[in-house]
Amino acid sequence: MASGETHSVENQQRRWLNLRKLLERSGPFSHPDFEPSAEILDFIMDSCKVLIVGAGGLGCELLKDLALMGFKKLHVVDMDTIELSNLNRQFLFRKNDIGLSKAKCAVEFVNKRVPGCEAVAHHCSIQDLDEGFYRQFHIVVCGLDSIVARRWLNGMLMSLLQYNDDRSLDQSSVIPFVDGGTEGFKGNARVILPGMSACIECTLDLYPPQKTFPLCTIANTPRLPEHCIEYVKVLQWAKENPWGSSTPIDGDDPQHVTWVFEKAQDRAIKHGISNVTYRLTQGVLKNIIPAVASTNAAIAACCATEVFKLASSCCTNMNNYMVMNIADGVYTYTFNAERKPDCVACSNTTRVVELEPDATLQTIYDKLCEDPAFMMKSPGITTVINGRNKTLYMSSIKSIEERTRDNFKKENNRIGFIQWR
Amino acid sequence: MASPSPKSPEQSEKTKQYDRQLRLWGDHGQTALEHGHICLINANALGTEILKSIVLPGVGAITIVDDKIVSDEDIGSNFFLECSSKSLNRGAEALRLLLELNPAVRGHAVQEPPDQILKENPEFFKSFSVVIATALGEKTIQELAQHLWDINVPLILCRSVGFLGSFRIQMREHAVIETHPDNEQTDLRLDVPFQALSDYLNCFDIDAVDLKDHGHIPWIVIIYKAVQKWQSQNANGWPMSRKEKNEIKNIILEFVRKDENDVPISEENFEEAIRAVNTALVPTFLPVKIQELLYCTSATNLSKDSAPFWVMCAALRGFVEGEGKGKLPVKGVLPDMTASTDHYIKLQNLYRTQAAMDAEIVYRKVLQIVAQLHCENISEADVKLFCRHAHDLYLLCGSNIVTEYQLNSSVATFISRHLEEPDVMMVHYIMLRAAEMFQSEHCRAPGDWDPEGDISKLKACVTKVLSDVSCSPFPKDDHIHEMCRYGGAEIHSVSAFLGGCTAQEAIKLITKQYKPVNNTFIFDAASTNSATFAF
Ligand SMILES: [Zn+2]
Repeated sequence: MASGETHSVENQQRRWLNLRKLLERSGPFSHPDFEPSAEILDFIMDSCKVLIVGAGGLGCELLKDLALMGFKKLHVVDMDTIELSNLNRQFLFRKNDIGLSKAKCAVEFVNKRVPGCEAVAHHCSIQDLDEGFYRQFHIVVCGLDSIVARRWLNGMLMSLLQYNDDRSLDQSSVIPFVDGGTEGFKGNARVILPGMSACIECTLDLYPPQKTFPLCTIANTPRLPEHCIEYVKVLQWAKENPWGSSTPIDGDDPQHVTWVFEKAQDRAIKHGISNVTYRLTQGVLKNIIPAVASTNAAIAACCATEVFKLASSCCTNMNNYMVMNIADGVYTYTFNAERKPDCVACSNTTRVVELEPDATLQTIYDKLCEDPAFMMKSPGITTVINGRNKTLYMSSIKSIEERTRDNFKKENNRIGFIQWR
Repeated sequence: MASPSPKSPEQSEKTKQYDRQLRLWGDHGQTALEHGHICLINANALGTEILKSIVLPGVGAITIVDDKIVSDEDIGSNFFLECSSKSLNRGAEALRLLLELNPAVRGHAVQEPPDQILKENPEFFKSFSVVIATALGEKTIQELAQHLWDINVPLILCRSVGFLGSFRIQMREHAVIETHPDNEQTDLRLDVPFQALSDYLNCFDIDAVDLKDHGHIPWIVIIYKAVQKWQSQNANGWPMSRKEKNEIKNIILEFVRKDENDVPISEENFEEAIRAVNTALVPTFLPVKIQELLYCTSATNLSKDSAPFWVMCAALRGFVEGEGKGKLPVKGVLPDMTASTDHYIKLQNLYRTQAAMDAEIVYRKVLQIVAQLHCENISEADVKLFCRHAHDLYLLCGSNIVTEYQLNSSVATFISRHLEEPDVMMVHYIMLRAAEMFQSEHCRAPGDWDPEGDISKLKACVTKVLSDVSCSPFPKDDHIHEMCRYGGAEIHSVSAFLGGCTAQEAIKLITKQYKPVNNTFIFDAASTNSATFAF
């Protein structure tokens, strides 16, 4: 632009005036640490690195919200590509974008629309990124639809925690974690301070168990249209292999869905069951969760507000879990989800585990990964020998992994006492 | 590769695009949405965030009324403006970028101030399904509200200031047939079984079936048999109290088969029966809310212009008073339960058939009324849907925003009662009202450029509002201080939250599904709390 430097600085000042009012003025409800100044916005814009996990229904909204809340150093991770059924809510994508990377498309759009925004896309799964990657962020905000992925991310942020010699938490190792989720007209948003407030594992019982149908019902006493569809999916497909024995059902392939739909309909007619539809068939095959733009917008906005509060201290954070339902009026409820004192992910407590005398490090490692009580993702294992810390195994750092790999074969009484986090 | 080449009931492109929301409001809800036309007054961030979540799901058309010119501040908070929008008309620019979201949506921009339209062309508003207004002054709010009340067009009035936001819905009345309750009551009629059901239940001999089939008896049959046994000892009464229900549970336990060692065999259907006792024994009754609806003036004084909803209510009343013997039509829905396919389907068909017969009676009554009064035709499918949901019909009777703004005595009492509780969300309401008053007196938002200096002026407005509702001034100034800190700032994430909520309310009004807010929603993003007030 020819209008010159000073003009554009003035424009910038005016452009962010709404936010500057909150950040440059004191308020009776702000965080005790809050000292209003122009530097807070500078920090948000130039230094504060925020990771957005997911570029779907929530992720698109989060990226837009945070860009307009002044954040520029944004990173977005998503391994998915754009589908037609995303377009009713993932507003950064168009029909021409179908098949492209969600993360890349979203980032490109927002960087173009909001000048100065320097969002970076990572078209990969969260598990492809290592500790060093996650450690660079000031705040992580997550809009995923998978509990497994959430738990993995939770575990990653917990593994970054450092403890002082007196077992107290090193505050500088805490990366605040804001998490949102939606299902139809319901949603939730929460703020997690790893090691300090309830984490995903502390509150696992807040997630409803997935609905499953017992095999004997599906096979012998079907009553619902879903039972007929499950029968075709679980038993008939494998038996008849309509596309050859190596082809699994693809819920996105209309030919596959139609095949299942028609077979399920045959079975339903045979048993006098009604209401097997194409839509229901697809819903059961893909475990589709209804989704609408409005709920995603509201939940993401709530998460973005909390990220802004965390970055600026201009207001205290929600404490610490909000549920919302917009099916009957608009209902929200915010409560303090409590930590589990013995949470395996976020408490620095001791758990006694009995082992066979000839157990190897591999046995212990497998137990930590597979036992439902732990479900750890790549745990690091350390021990104390003669008062000194020794790393027995660590997979996340390549050089240490190589150096410690041989320990796997050793029996634990030769290694010493073992600790893990 | 050879494929079985099924003739696919190929979904249309549109069905695929809207799949995730069609699972919430169905194809008929989508059709209604596609016939909707929304008018937005003022395309600030709140306004465009609302439209975004209405355009994406595919509303028919939007019209934006906005005479403002795009400023730097607008660009900083509004995603549907870009740098090149500066100094252009805000509504036209926002419209252009919003329509990119969904090519199926039509749009118009009207670059006139709303006051002028109200004065010169009030007919303009007549064609809209819903009018949504943001950032209006007190005077325009009241003029617009009165006009839309008069011409019976729903209005949603929204605000977003700092961490606070609110919306208020004004409409005369809104009837909802499909409310989609989270926990729908079952309608099993065990206390008053219809003929086919009692024939079936009475013929069922649970002692005669072999062990395998014993585990496949639907719990409805089990509970019915237990009640019959209980009634033979209790003078044909109906188990109501906790003690009586426990007696039923004990009878069910006696039904459970024992093995050779006299140990009860675990049978899932009997366990389900015991769990279902409490809900299944609730007597069949006409809910008070539905009774009120059937006997309200709109349903009893029909005319040629009566809405289909009221015609169906009148027909339903005829059914309840006549064939239904005081009960509503059978819902015809059987919850899932452990059972053999044959038992379950048989039972399900009994309920479905009865529901169809009941709906048929109601439909005939509808036809009679329509023929008599020459009112709008109603399809059999509509009557069926109405009967299916007759237990959960919902009527929202609205109130005029002007009455609320004038703080007449009932509104004042309502407000003061909440302030006494004390309800901090009502304090936020007062603050929003006071800030609006400040704006109309001083032609700027409180704290716009002098947060400290405006505190006393805003305090005067707060005191005025409070005295109008006969309340004493707030003991502390902290909320006044906070409002001046906001200085009228529009915070994007706060507007985005309200935008999502408000959009869904508009969709509820257009699709006539799910219950809208009655009638005011207040949100405080600072504490992440919200409240609903019915003014
Ligand atoms: Zn935890």
